[in-house]
Amino acid sequence: MNNAIPITQLDYRTVLTDAEISEIEHECEQYEIRPAAAIDALQIVQSHRGWIDDESLNAIADCLQMSSAELEGVATFYNHIYRQPVGKHVIHLCDSISCWLHDFQIIADHLSDKLGIQFGQTTEDGNITLLPNVCLGCCDKAPAMMLDGELVENLNIASVDEILDKLRGGSNG
Amino acid sequence: MDKPLTANLDINNPQNLTAYQSTGGYKGFQNALKISPSDVQQQVKDAELKGRGGAGFNTGMKWSFVPMGEDAPKHKYLICNADEMEPGTFKDRMLMEGSPHLLVEGMMIAAYAIGADVAYIFLRGEYKLCAQRLQAAIDQAKEAGLLGDNIQGTGYSLKLYLHTSAGRYICGEETALINALEGKRANPRAKPPFPQVVGLFGQPTIVNNCETLCNLPGILRQGVAWYKGLSESVDTGSKIYGISGRVKKAGLWELPMGVTARQILDLAGGMQDGLTLRGWLPGGASTDFLMPEHLDIPMEYDAIGKAGSRLGTGGIIALDDQHCPVGMILNLLKFFAQESCGWCTPCRDGLPWAVEILTRIEMGQGSQDDIDTLQKLCGFMWIGKTFCALAPGAVEPLRSGMKYFADDFQQHIDHKGCPHQH
Repeated sequence: MNNAIPITQLDYRTVLTDAEISEIEHECEQYEIRPAAAIDALQIVQSHRGWIDDESLNAIADCLQMSSAELEGVATFYNHIYRQPVGKHVIHLCDSISCWLHDFQIIADHLSDKLGIQFGQTTEDGNITLLPNVCLGCCDKAPAMMLDGELVENLNIASVDEILDKLRGGSNG
Repeated sequence: MDKPLTANLDINNPQNLTAYQSTGGYKGFQNALKISPSDVQQQVKDAELKGRGGAGFNTGMKWSFVPMGEDAPKHKYLICNADEMEPGTFKDRMLMEGSPHLLVEGMMIAAYAIGADVAYIFLRGEYKLCAQRLQAAIDQAKEAGLLGDNIQGTGYSLKLYLHTSAGRYICGEETALINALEGKRANPRAKPPFPQVVGLFGQPTIVNNCETLCNLPGILRQGVAWYKGLSESVDTGSKIYGISGRVKKAGLWELPMGVTARQILDLAGGMQDGLTLRGWLPGGASTDFLMPEHLDIPMEYDAIGKAGSRLGTGGIIALDDQHCPVGMILNLLKFFAQESCGWCTPCRDGLPWAVEILTRIEMGQGSQDDIDTLQKLCGFMWIGKTFCALAPGAVEPLRSGMKYFADDFQQHIDHKGCPHQH
């Protein structure tokens, strides 16, 4: 039986940190079954690691007693679970209708030009990822973006430039 | 007019438990606890509160399908649908940020009325400030003994949890939301069985919109007659109406049910200087276009329905004459194509197909056949052909837009380009 493919049993405790595990366990208490904490667990691990790599995904699945395939189906379903590495900063620019009516395209083109990347890409230095986002629910303050989880409203070219300067540590790079 | 939803709402500094209680907060819940759950259901039914998430179904009626009494399942759930992601809709965010205890109290009343022992707020992940404030409100209520076991010696127990999602429009569909809460991919479920009987973890479950729940404390505190008196329309109560687009001052207002869109547009100061209103969506991206001549129709469920659209969320989106209707419809359809869960074919394939055709027309490469194909697609994706309401919702602005802006579509085809991009 030397040729048999070895089955490696993953133990999530060797991958996830104690802090991550304790946060996940706290969420599990809210539900009748452990897999119900799937979105919470993905968000927790992502908050610590920036994104969800395969190893983390497998570990979370093990922790929640569900299959990796099932969890992958959940992870890839949501706009805010990153299954690819993202930059240090993530910009989600709202592309829905009220922002579209308020110069979305001008802001989008400007961001793309300034950063030298398309939507879905990360700057070469790994600093900034640019992503679109569906309606952020601040249509009265359009156009809007979410920057590292914080809402920035009433965008214009000047305020976008200011934001980018800050993210680049003051340089005009 | 009394403004039960916003009188004590403060976006910058929302009331804490003590302040909320000093203005009559949790009185509605106390009143509910003094009567039987079925009496609470009856009051809400009598108040004729209709669901504010878009469907407009009588809330008390919805509750009445939940099994009650001795033989009812031990666990029942109440879920607040706060996954607000309908483009052009931002009312629930304001309610949760500015008055978190109002929602918590509303949920307690609803949970008591259906005999739920566990309640969840299903909040969209992007609403970070809402999450902080709701969690603080829940903690304060727990501390004060308003949540937990044997609440104030009544024998009624309730746990309330906050669940933050990670961004997907379909989670607003109630059966998809239930799948999401169970940790599954959030595809909608087949109905029947309806969630009221077989919902979260297989138990009876009610899913109510955030604004709907916020109406309950007022009804229970001040009674049915008062609630009905808030409105002069056939629909009762007050409503958070909003408007966005190129108006002078976009925003939200609590108004009597059934005011006209013109009144809302006036509150917003009208269109921006130099712009004319060309059309409007009454309640979010998934409602049919209406035209300037419809501005004086009351913003109530039946009247807007008769005009060929839906009240939806009551968040108006105004289209001005400097923006291309075809471009607007393309933007709306792109949203729906992206957010389709992919479960059923008409939606998964039909929406990207519509986007492809609309893109072609907008770029000036459309043909007459494209118009026919779009018309057909509207039929393929209509109610009865799809698994849930997402694709029919997407069809609404498409079919009505093609009707009202037929000349614009024709112009794009005849002149091989978008007149707004020159």
